[in-house]
Amino acid sequence: MSHGLDVLARLAFWLVLAPLVPGIINKVKAWVAGRRGPPLFQLYFDLAKLWRKGVVLSTAVSPGHVAGPAIAWVALMSAALLLPLGPAGAILSFRGDALLFVYLLALARFCTAGAALDTGSAFEGMGAAREVSYAILSEAAVITALLTLAVQTGSLSLGAMLAPAAGPGAAVLAAGLFVVLLAENCRVPFDDPNTHLELTMVHEVMVLDHSGPPLAVILHGASVKLLLFATLLVQAALPLGQWPAGPAAGLLVISLLGVAVGVGLVESLLARLAFQRVPLLLTTAFILCLFALLTSWKASTSSEARQGAMNPAECRCSGTRAAHSAALPGESGGKRA
Amino acid sequence: MIELAIILVPVLTAGVALAWRSNATRPWLLPVAGVLHATLCGWRGLAPPAPLASEWVGFDAVTRAVLPALSLLFLVCSFYALSYLRLRAERPNRTFTGALLMLLGLMSLALQARHVGLLWIAIEGATLATVPLLHFNGTARAYEATWKYLLVGGTGIALSLLGSFCLGYASLYGGGSGDLTFAGLTAQGGALSRPWLMMAWVLMMAGYGTKMGLVPMHTWKPDAYGEAPGVVGALLAGGMTTTAFIALLRVKQVVDAAGLGGMTQQMLLAAGLFSMVVAALFLLGTPDFKRMLAYSSVEHMGILAVGAALGGAGLGAALFHVWNNSLTKGALFLSAGNLRRAAGARTRDDVAGMAWVSPWSARILVTGLLAITACPPFGPFFSELGIVRAGLGAGRGVAVLVFLGSLLLAFLGMTRLVFAIVDGRPGRAAKATGARFRETAGLVVPPLVFLGLSLGLGLTTPPLLRETWAAAVKALEVIP
Amino acid sequence: MTDTVNLFIGLAMGLNLMALASSRIPSIIRIEAAQGMVLGVLPLLLEGEPSALVIAVAAAVVGVKGFLIPSLLRRAMRAAHIDREAAPRLGFVPSLLLGAAATVGALALGLALPLMPEHARLLLVPGSFATIICGLILLMSRTKAITQVCGFLMLENGIYLFGLLLLGSTPLLVEAGILLDLTVAVFVIGIIVDRIQRSFDSLDTRMLTELRE
Repeated sequence: MSHGLDVLARLAFWLVLAPLVPGIINKVKAWVAGRRGPPLFQLYFDLAKLWRKGVVLSTAVSPGHVAGPAIAWVALMSAALLLPLGPAGAILSFRGDALLFVYLLALARFCTAGAALDTGSAFEGMGAAREVSYAILSEAAVITALLTLAVQTGSLSLGAMLAPAAGPGAAVLAAGLFVVLLAENCRVPFDDPNTHLELTMVHEVMVLDHSGPPLAVILHGASVKLLLFATLLVQAALPLGQWPAGPAAGLLVISLLGVAVGVGLVESLLARLAFQRVPLLLTTAFILCLFALLTSWKASTSSEARQGAMNPAECRCSGTRAAHSAALPGESGGKRA
Repeated sequence: MIELAIILVPVLTAGVALAWRSNATRPWLLPVAGVLHATLCGWRGLAPPAPLASEWVGFDAVTRAVLPALSLLFLVCSFYALSYLRLRAERPNRTFTGALLMLLGLMSLALQARHVGLLWIAIEGATLATVPLLHFNGTARAYEATWKYLLVGGTGIALSLLGSFCLGYASLYGGGSGDLTFAGLTAQGGALSRPWLMMAWVLMMAGYGTKMGLVPMHTWKPDAYGEAPGVVGALLAGGMTTTAFIALLRVKQVVDAAGLGGMTQQMLLAAGLFSMVVAALFLLGTPDFKRMLAYSSVEHMGILAVGAALGGAGLGAALFHVWNNSLTKGALFLSAGNLRRAAGARTRDDVAGMAWVSPWSARILVTGLLAITACPPFGPFFSELGIVRAGLGAGRGVAVLVFLGSLLLAFLGMTRLVFAIVDGRPGRAAKATGARFRETAGLVVPPLVFLGLSLGLGLTTPPLLRETWAAAVKALEVIP
Repeated sequence: MTDTVNLFIGLAMGLNLMALASSRIPSIIRIEAAQGMVLGVLPLLLEGEPSALVIAVAAAVVGVKGFLIPSLLRRAMRAAHIDREAAPRLGFVPSLLLGAAATVGALALGLALPLMPEHARLLLVPGSFATIICGLILLMSRTKAITQVCGFLMLENGIYLFGLLLLGSTPLLVEAGILLDLTVAVFVIGIIVDRIQRSFDSLDTRMLTELRE
């Protein structure tokens, strides 16, 4: 019974709280610009309005046009449920759920892009192409980030992977994941969510032909994805698992707020990048995650070497090979900072 | 004391040259410094005291085997420079004269340096002193050549500094006390850390190899030699390359002493043969006779590297070849400079019939060509023969075959180009410029002297020189 | 102390990649200046009790690499009216990936080479090799003369980083040699840049193609 309640509470968390994040970001943007901005709950109003409206379908589309958003939403919600929530942990946790998490995100993207292509419109095809070409780079970064965590903890389960901090490379990893968050959710340096020019849009242009409840589902799914990446980022960078439950939950919420404010500030202070410069930024994110992987890898290999290492002073006399192994624990000491 | 004087005389004269007011009389400082330098070198070469192991600067056996050649080269070139600068009276020669003297001083320092860091500083200084010499002509092409020289040479010199650091760390790791003289490092021998020593050797090969002009680090050479005045080309091809070669030999001695002789031999042999083959192929194709001399220089650096790789008799022959190369290249560069000026052009397509326009220079170029492509009885024939015999003695049949094959290709390529520009009927423009630049004794005698020296070295190699080369080989060979 | 030193070296390695990714020459110059200052502070951190000599080296490095050379480069840019675009021969993403691969390779190489026990905990060797290779990439893959000078400076920075290993044991001669030559080299290069500008009306080294076979 309590398990059922737990599931319901989590569903409520994701369902109800997710649309709040774009609201916070918009408020921050308005505050920086000195405006009042839309109400905090604007997205809720929009969703409610869209839900009541009818659906207009092009004659050219197949059932996939409506099924796409639905499958994407389910995939995103499942991925969200796999993600542990600080001290509460995840509902479902098994070995390799990190892989499922990545695949669910990819499935959601596939369905959104597929539904966009289904309309046969040139604009939506272009948007889908852009979305997928960004994804090639940002998925590489996400996978590298998860690999870093897996190497760090020696586990393939999200719950265990996210409990400790990402080790010495935490700051680097967090920076990389933040860039990925911006790219995956089509935020400013990559895409402008407020734009109304089809030629410059990425995500928005893919959903031009959707209307009514399917559009509501897409918008809600997008907000869930934003919250999802924010949660992943916070838990990867901060050692929430090593804290007592109360403060950890508080810290989680505060950090999520912080991420939202950060996104808002980035959107207010940065201009959108020229399209040719986007791959460079995404490559940077990938390299950041790669270096985080490298540091955690070196730390873990050298901790093994540390157990077998002798006194370094002896090694130096006994030749270069031994000196090599003596260099390893020393390195680890440096890296463990 | 004399060791320092050999360095300080040109450096101080350079200072005087920078302060000298008259553009017309300033070039006379060059022969003055040349005569003083040659006297000092000759004096020290005849009566050499062995330097102490801890001395940073010293006239040791290796210096004795090559520094007199450099001094002789500069001496003869300085008289040529006198006539050359009179022809170019319209250009201020303050920096040119100063940089030329500075180059001599720094090359003398590099050849006498017995310390890793000091050697590097001297070669870096010499590299920088070359820069004003290269763009003396002030044309866009000269600036382009200078830029490439700076970029490639600067990178090479930076890598050799890194190699010097690796050498220092190898010594430190082996329990050294920070003594970076070559004598101290050689004495450390097998105690040096091998991985660091390998790094050091590879980086030094790349770094000093760039200064020598070994393929594939030779790219600056055709540009720089092609654009620089003939006298600068002669000094670079005959002096700067020798300096870098000796630096490499000194490092090789340290690496060999640590028991890595096999690696240094293999790498030098490979680099040397590769340079020879590539240079020979370029010699077949190039239409420009000044660039041809640069590729020939690349080829001769390959010969030196092969000789050094063979060791023993091969190394002795390589030191002999240093003399031959310096003096014969002097004759070629100076006469080619005369022809370039008289023809007003530089490629096979534009130049012909130079035997009628400036007969003396054309004859010197043809004879010098025969000398440098190892026709008997000129010196290069005997030194290259020595290397071939050392190669056969060491059982390196394939290497000798490649060596001889590229010599043959180089001979074909060079004769084709040289006879194309010497033979035939001169164009009208060449006749006009040729009349403007008459051959004077000052322009013809220095290359003739070089040619005579090259011939003399071949006919009767002085026993004293043979003795100095043998002593240098003995000093550089490591007793296992 | 070691951790602080490693943090600084890591910062320098990050600056390498930033320089490879920047498209504007002024920002590359700024990055070089920052790297020079980071490296200048290192000798102070490495020696527990810095002697007057070490302080002098640090001050000289910060002064030359952090202020003097960047200001010279900026002056050259202003004097020559150079366009601010970096004009790469190799794209930014490939050069960034190459730089990252070089950094990984340098770390591997640093593990393969034996180190003295007092240096074993430091990232000096990998940092140095990474900076050298990134410098070479910058040098070879950019067309403008100023960016090539920046690449050469980065190369020099890497070599300086390696020289820190020997700071305690060898005479200062080597150290002084670097600074002197660096200054002179850039000075000479600056003059050349000026001359090239006058004869080509551009600082694009792609124009330097008259000499070829």
